[in-house]
Amino acid sequence: MPDIKPDTMTETGRAPGVTSAPRGADHANARPGVAKAPRQRRHRGHTGEALLALAMTTPAVVLLLVFFVVPVALMFGLAFTNARLISPRPAEFTGTENFTMLFGDSLFWASLRNTAYFAVVVVPVQAGLALVLAMLVNAKVRGRNFFRTVYFIPVVTSMVVVSLLWRFIYEPDGLLNQLISTVSFGAWEGTDWLNNPSTAMPAIMIMSIWQAVGFHMVIWLAGLQTIPGDLYEAAALDGASGWRLFRNVTWPSLLQTRTFVLITITIAAFSLFTQISVMTQGGPLDSTTTVVFMAVRTGYEQHATGYAAAVSLVFFVIVLTISLVQRFLTRERA
Amino acid sequence: MAVMTPTTLPLGRTLSLQAVRVLLLLVFAFPIVFMFVSSFKPDAQIFADLTSWRAFVPVGDISLDNYRGVFDRVPAGRMLMNSIGVSTITVVLGIFVNSLAAFALSRMRWRGQRVILTGIIATLIVPFETFALPLVWWINKLPWLEMQGFRLVLTEGWLDTYQVQVLPFVANAFSIFLFYQYFSSIPRELDEAARVDGASWFGIYRRIVMPLSGPAVATVAILTFLPAWNSYLWPLMVVQSEEYRPVMVGIQYFFQLNVAWGQVMAYASMITVPVLALFLAFQRAFIGSIASAGVKG
Repeated sequence: MPDIKPDTMTETGRAPGVTSAPRGADHANARPGVAKAPRQRRHRGHTGEALLALAMTTPAVVLLLVFFVVPVALMFGLAFTNARLISPRPAEFTGTENFTMLFGDSLFWASLRNTAYFAVVVVPVQAGLALVLAMLVNAKVRGRNFFRTVYFIPVVTSMVVVSLLWRFIYEPDGLLNQLISTVSFGAWEGTDWLNNPSTAMPAIMIMSIWQAVGFHMVIWLAGLQTIPGDLYEAAALDGASGWRLFRNVTWPSLLQTRTFVLITITIAAFSLFTQISVMTQGGPLDSTTTVVFMAVRTGYEQHATGYAAAVSLVFFVIVLTISLVQRFLTRERA
Repeated sequence: MAVMTPTTLPLGRTLSLQAVRVLLLLVFAFPIVFMFVSSFKPDAQIFADLTSWRAFVPVGDISLDNYRGVFDRVPAGRMLMNSIGVSTITVVLGIFVNSLAAFALSRMRWRGQRVILTGIIATLIVPFETFALPLVWWINKLPWLEMQGFRLVLTEGWLDTYQVQVLPFVANAFSIFLFYQYFSSIPRELDEAARVDGASWFGIYRRIVMPLSGPAVATVAILTFLPAWNSYLWPLMVVQSEEYRPVMVGIQYFFQLNVAWGQVMAYASMITVPVLALFLAFQRAFIGSIASAGVKG
């Protein structure tokens, strides 16, 4: 298919008689041109084609404008106002007041700290475990499809359901503590996992990894299956085996997959909300409050849209910076 | 030392790896099994069974009482219908709107297509959570036409409606991207031949490109359905009344008014079974769609 240069397209597009021709007539004109190069036919339909193409993209573009571009722009705008969710008075410009307040807000720093804590633990652990699972089910063994399916089941289970289920598991007299005392013959006792400031966040981390690790297993698996078998054979002929095979063949071949896995887990980790909302409401002692949870609290429950927009803007900048840095770092190594 | 390809591992290691696989299987399956099993047991028995294998087997005083209890307490049927309706419409509209845009972007030639494509792809890096709160403020100001009796009335604000749960999630950059990729792999000669036969562009879309794009449609359907069914943060903020409430918000409210665990497990099972059944029926498509997301993203 020859590429058509835009300038030639405009020229023919301006030709009188073609531009105004209705689509039906255009087809009729196209018929005698069959013998000519396809390029010719394309030229004739240019203006009609452009208008039609524009019409076909319009629904998607309009929806993206209304539900993506406008709210993102609003986030930047509202962050510098005292806008409230429901208020008779119009929002007033307040300059950087929201940010001054935000950086002096200890809840904001706690949220940021907890979110970072969650991400720093969950990103490498979940990515690593997912890779281990992928390699376990990638081996040619009996029932590997069955294992893969079961490992994936939590992924299709909603995070709300998973959070409620694990609330029961973490109850003082719940499944986990019963298991601990049964296994240790009563020697050990668990704690009230979600009501203890030092265990609440780790408990949520474990559950989150349990729920999502199957997702990234599948992605690693897709990456593993793109590695050609002769690469392994060649390396094996050179005497590589086990760990060295992994380090010199598998790992470098997974560069693209790695970037994708890291970025998606990081963004998901920073967006931590559902688990907190269902399991702890940010407690105990603000030990599990997160940036998104705080934004929802202030912007929705307390109606302080302007302040929540400021929180969102900081969150936006952080997420964007991290994914750009990750993209840059993984690209550098290539 | 022997070459360590998967087929030549020593027997001992093969067996221990298989043991690891089975152990992990239990770790992933047991909480879900526990949920289903407990949904049939009275609370006293759920707790009594915790210390033994009975926790994971439907034995003892088995009944549907917990399910009846859920329907007695809340309009769970209504919420299930809300979620089914909202997710289905989001999927159907999403397939149509995004494939149409992708078709124009990948197969037709026009000015500005590069700009629009780049713009759409650029939206991918911004997670929904960052602009969810400004979006709440914004949809609270949007107008809507409503039928009241026989008159069309202009209303303001989309809180407590169905459209607020559907429309923001119809156009999706990732779906457009997946369709775009798939369409680009369908030979253009087919378009040319159809044009010769007098087909319109829309005819090519409807009768040639879409019928050949089954896998892409399945992928987009799955990747749209899952978040729509599981959506929580958004309806939590924009839907107040039980009339429009979807199941995930419904179960959270249900949990708050009642800690009868058996009933919570029954509700949880009810809203998990439809997705799980779909997953088990279309496993290959599910896992394939996630995998393609990774390879292409």
